[in-house]
Amino acid sequence: MSKEKMFEINRRDLMIVGAATAASTGLPATAYAEATPEAVVKPDDLASLDDTLKSTVSFTVNGEKHELSVDNRTTLLDALRERMQLTGTKKGCDHGQCGACTITVNGRRINSCLTLAALHDGDEIVTIEGLGQPDNLHPMQAAFIEHDGYQCGYCTPGQICSAKETLEEIKAGIPSNVTKDLSGPIEATDDEIRERMSGNICRCGAYSNILAAINDVKGQNA
Amino acid sequence: MRAFSLERASDPQQAAKSAASHENSKFIAGGTNLIDLMKLEIETPTHLVDVTQLGLDKIEETDEGGLRIGTLVSNTDLAADDRVRRDYPVLTRALVAGATGQLRNKATTGGNFLQRTRCPYFYDTNMPCNKRNPGSGCAAIGGYSRQLAVIGGSDHCIATHPSDMAVAMRVLDAELETVDPDGKTRSIAVDDLYRLPGDTPEKETNLKPGEVITAVTLPKPVGGKQIYYKVRDRSSYAFALVSVAAIVQPDGTGRVALGGVAPKPWRDEEAEKALPQGAGAVMDTLLADANPTDDNEFKVPLAKRTLAAVLQEAGN
Amino acid sequence: MRFDKPAGDSVLADTKVIGKPVHRVDGPLKTTGTAPYAYERHDVAANQLVGWPVGAAIAKGKLKSVGTKKAEAAPGVVAVLTTLQFDRLPLSQWNTANLFGGDQIEHYHQAVALVVAETLETARAGAAMLEFDYAPDTEASFDLSKTAPTGDEQPLSDVGNFEKAYADAPVTIDVNYTTPAESHAMMEPHASIAAWDGDEVTLWTSNQMIQWDKMALATTLKTTPDKVRIDSPYIGGGFGSKLFLRADAVLAALGAKRTGKPVKVQLPRPMIFNNTTHRGLTEQHLKIGATQDGKIVAISHENKSNALPGGSSEKAPAPTQHFYATDNLYCINRTAEMHLPESNAMRAPGEASGLMALEAAMDELAEKLDMDPVELRIMNDAKVDPSNPNKTFSRRHFVECLRTGADRFGWSKRNRKPGDTREGAWLIGHGVAGAYRGAPAQASGAEVAIRPDGGVVVRTDMTDIGTGSYTILAQTAAEMLGVPVERVRVELGDSRYPVSSGSGGQFGAVSSTAGVYAACVALRKKIADELGKKHDDLTFADGAVHAGGSTTELKKLTRGGRELSAIDTMHFGDFRSEKYVVSTFGAHFIEARVHSLTGEVRLNRMLAVCDAGRILNPITARSQVIGAMTMGAGAALLEEMAVDHDRGFFVNHDLAGYEVPVHLDIPHQEVVFLDVLDPVSTPLKAKGVGELGICGVAAAIANAVNNATGIRVRDYPITLDKIVGKLPTI
Ligand SMILES: Cc1cc2nc3c(=O)[nH]c(=O)nc-3n(C[C@H](O)[C@H](O)[C@H](O)COP(=O)(O)OP(=O)(O)OC[C@H]3O[C@@H](n4cnc5c(N)ncnc54)[C@H](O)[C@@H]3O)c2cc1C
Ligand code: SF4
Repeated sequence: MSKEKMFEINRRDLMIVGAATAASTGLPATAYAEATPEAVVKPDDLASLDDTLKSTVSFTVNGEKHELSVDNRTTLLDALRERMQLTGTKKGCDHGQCGACTITVNGRRINSCLTLAALHDGDEIVTIEGLGQPDNLHPMQAAFIEHDGYQCGYCTPGQICSAKETLEEIKAGIPSNVTKDLSGPIEATDDEIRERMSGNICRCGAYSNILAAINDVKGQNA
Repeated sequence: MRAFSLERASDPQQAAKSAASHENSKFIAGGTNLIDLMKLEIETPTHLVDVTQLGLDKIEETDEGGLRIGTLVSNTDLAADDRVRRDYPVLTRALVAGATGQLRNKATTGGNFLQRTRCPYFYDTNMPCNKRNPGSGCAAIGGYSRQLAVIGGSDHCIATHPSDMAVAMRVLDAELETVDPDGKTRSIAVDDLYRLPGDTPEKETNLKPGEVITAVTLPKPVGGKQIYYKVRDRSSYAFALVSVAAIVQPDGTGRVALGGVAPKPWRDEEAEKALPQGAGAVMDTLLADANPTDDNEFKVPLAKRTLAAVLQEAGN
Repeated sequence: MRFDKPAGDSVLADTKVIGKPVHRVDGPLKTTGTAPYAYERHDVAANQLVGWPVGAAIAKGKLKSVGTKKAEAAPGVVAVLTTLQFDRLPLSQWNTANLFGGDQIEHYHQAVALVVAETLETARAGAAMLEFDYAPDTEASFDLSKTAPTGDEQPLSDVGNFEKAYADAPVTIDVNYTTPAESHAMMEPHASIAAWDGDEVTLWTSNQMIQWDKMALATTLKTTPDKVRIDSPYIGGGFGSKLFLRADAVLAALGAKRTGKPVKVQLPRPMIFNNTTHRGLTEQHLKIGATQDGKIVAISHENKSNALPGGSSEKAPAPTQHFYATDNLYCINRTAEMHLPESNAMRAPGEASGLMALEAAMDELAEKLDMDPVELRIMNDAKVDPSNPNKTFSRRHFVECLRTGADRFGWSKRNRKPGDTREGAWLIGHGVAGAYRGAPAQASGAEVAIRPDGGVVVRTDMTDIGTGSYTILAQTAAEMLGVPVERVRVELGDSRYPVSSGSGGQFGAVSSTAGVYAACVALRKKIADELGKKHDDLTFADGAVHAGGSTTELKKLTRGGRELSAIDTMHFGDFRSEKYVVSTFGAHFIEARVHSLTGEVRLNRMLAVCDAGRILNPITARSQVIGAMTMGAGAALLEEMAVDHDRGFFVNHDLAGYEVPVHLDIPHQEVVFLDVLDPVSTPLKAKGVGELGICGVAAAIANAVNNATGIRVRDYPITLDKIVGKLPTI
């Protein structure tokens, strides 16, 4: 694996705030470093937009507080990927039809493509970057590697975020379309997991392996 | 997506007022339908009124022994509510049959009622569509109409209403509560919320400009076996081809509403009187006026057979 | 290096790393969201602008004018490019449909404009402000059933006398099957970032075939290949959709040229289905004649499929040319020139569609003969190539696939009587189908180097589209140079690296590993020279070279902090195709259930047995096969791009309308690889497997549905509307 070819940005240093203090480390000399604060914080067109068409919003992402001035039209997904350069969350369809953009907001998984960044003031957001890093994997990430729960890797961050929440939702007793008995506790059967993961499409078709990964983590938690 | 101003409303009447005072405004709740449509310029509001901070996110018991569901209760929370699971299981079943875990976490009760059709031509702004662009024609009639309505449509539009929840709400005799810009409240039965397309398919509901949904009430529980059967190609994450919401009492009487076949949840209190005689008897009346296309004529026998499957399930 | 004769027994006989279950080396990046895909490479160029593409609103005709004033004046908009501002851009040999330029519209959602702006929001809004005026052309053909083929086709195979043998055959079937247009629907949309430096352009993109992309972009931009650099280290799926240069890359390059700044373009999902390529529709006519005891005496497989004028269609009879023994064989593919978007390769082009018909027709024949369908296939296994009896199969273990699968699956317990097995409201059925897919290999090059720290680096323009290239190439180098996999770094997808086979046609893994093998051999020879030893006397193990009692650590071979490197390309000799048919084989077994009232079809279990030579890595190979089985399930039950025959486009052009399988659709899957080597294929004795996995799956499902219900659906996909009216009345 090519280290040079990896964009090794230290996320904790990438504070997106009004002042031009944002800096990223570990960037190759030819890259974005100098341009980052300007280009990220204040795109030219925001200046040209009427004040009523933009909003200031602050929320935490993976435990870090961020304050952002956004075009009202900016989805949470684009705020993460384009403004904050947290590109672990993927855009597969931009219309809520694939699940690649799954993140959690206030402890609930959502499609970040169908919500506006401006409406998340005060929210707590967790993305794949907040789960674990290559040298410090979350158990679900490790299980996906162990069971080869992916191929091209593009839906994977969304799958992993969903997988983690799937187990939480079952534990919390939230029913699904395959829950037989609505009155009792819910067992994390294969079909419960499959149904709850059905909002995350994997065109490479790694479903069987993803199920194995989730079952593995389920076993660890038990 | 057009640029828009964004306002966070703090009480329902103010939300209604603000919406009414802007020419081209929309409420935004979960956003899962509205933002989708705005990205495609199918909806083009220039002012959004955010109703998510109205505190309307509780489920309370009513004096009549029913439930009052705040419009902002998410589809997930509504489906998971113990009282709903126990007393109105058809509602839980319909909710969890819709969309996905992610979407249900964001989708709200009011927003779900007002989600718009998934007609593929409605979704493609290059195509004629009377609903999206009144007077432009209907590309679906004579086009690809497999998903579309077999009853209740018109020569101008044959779109279906895609909600699963609304079908269960209809069979439960739910009513919506609203506030208008003058602060007047009213309640509207689900059947009265939706209009049939006629020659104005762009007008989908009987809500007045600015009128905001605040809650949905469910009457006292009626018991019975409550079943929601959703038929679709894919086993999950797909809209209904046909769905049946049914409440079957021990004596065989009951209620039936259909989804996926009409511009609104399709129910006829007369037709369902035939329930003890079986699925065929109900459907012969309920879908007597069906006028399907070549692409979707299968929905008529399918609806009957799905109800038969529901009755089979209710029987054991 | 040339591969001119079958590999000897001693070549890679006892491998330590190749063929072992090594976890994906790119796993930690992919699972943490740190693998960089094309559109998100903020680091590669400063001040990137965003381009939003617009597709044509008509399927055929002329674009008369584009009103750009409003968009140009909109906040944030930097530039508006319209197709009318350019002459029709030239196309390389790999493209059929116009990519950009000129006023002619050849298919729906052909790219007609790009709005470049400071942000995604302003670009998208600007794009919606453009005003187009079209003159549609009503002389257009959108309905395959009503379009005659061009008529100049030659048979693919014409052996013996089909007509006579069929007429004389005591048992015959004569059936028509159709398959719809399918979309690759990979998860990552086509995307590119382009930046110019003088007259040189760099594209950070998502493409399966770096060299083709480079050549094609040079042609289309009217420059020379040396001015073009392509970089595509991570690809969010392709399945054929990213084999060729597409509009995202062209538009990004043009936008960047116009604005003088880097521009990134991603095709919006609803534009992908009509703007890019699809698997063509087919109308297949199969006639099979057999003796009473089931010996096939005649097969004819005729197909008609759509293509744009000058384009290629879905060659469905391809598998029939080589699958079952018969002395009388007729296969022909006819192309109907139509004005739908460009049909082109999708996973197992030809074979996947052809087997949907052939393997269901075989089931129909078995029924007619009252024979077990496994036995029918075994009886008719080909010993020589039916299309050319002078050729043999390099290796062919089809019968073993069938027998192993039948055994594992419990086939003998199957109830042969259709509609006779019930569980509650569900009818249960079991189906089998054979799988056939050619196993080509393409010239493939690589550079392999020892680094100053003793690690190894592999560089090639090969791509990893989820296939596991990073991992199997690391394994190959590790094996050849005696280092652990962790000590091998693999760099892919950069056109500055040696030209590889690329990823396509299930030739990627076998070709690129052979290329790395060749480069490793070259490096070993170089090392032998440096050490003054004979190559054959060296052994590579434990990070060192051992020869005649002396041991040299690999890192000692480098000097002055520089790598010790060798480059070579594996070329495959003609003997492979002149003497042999090199192919992969398999068998699929399915248990399905069909709701007796609603006609819903669901899968209970899936089993595949594969004969694909040496399995280079059982983990990644298995993933390829289960993924292909999943895609095959989609083809059987869900996937269809619905054609609007008047307006000439695929109507359900998003991921809600075009249904691909979701988690709940896929049941328990089992994959068995036969433990076999194919020395004719490559020095690694491996063959592709990623496309074999999809071949036959859909037919096995169709056969299971038939077994469950007695209903034979010959128009794919097998949706419930085609079943519900034929189920017993209530
Ligand atoms: C891919 C996909 C698949 C889906 N599948 C299904 C499915 O199978 N079954 C199903 O039923 N649904 C399905 N949905 C739709 C989903 O249920 C709806 O998008 C959701 O319920 C809408 O709720 P929301 O709160 O997000 O609405 P929003 O998008 O916020 O609003 C929708 C509409 O309601 C109006 N509105 C919202 N709240 C109020 C209020 N209080 N008063 C007045 N007007 C209001 C808005 O102005 C807007 O016009 C799917 C959606 C997607 C994207
Ligand atoms: S059916 Fe209705 S929504 Fe669909 S194209 Fe016709 S008018 Fe539009």
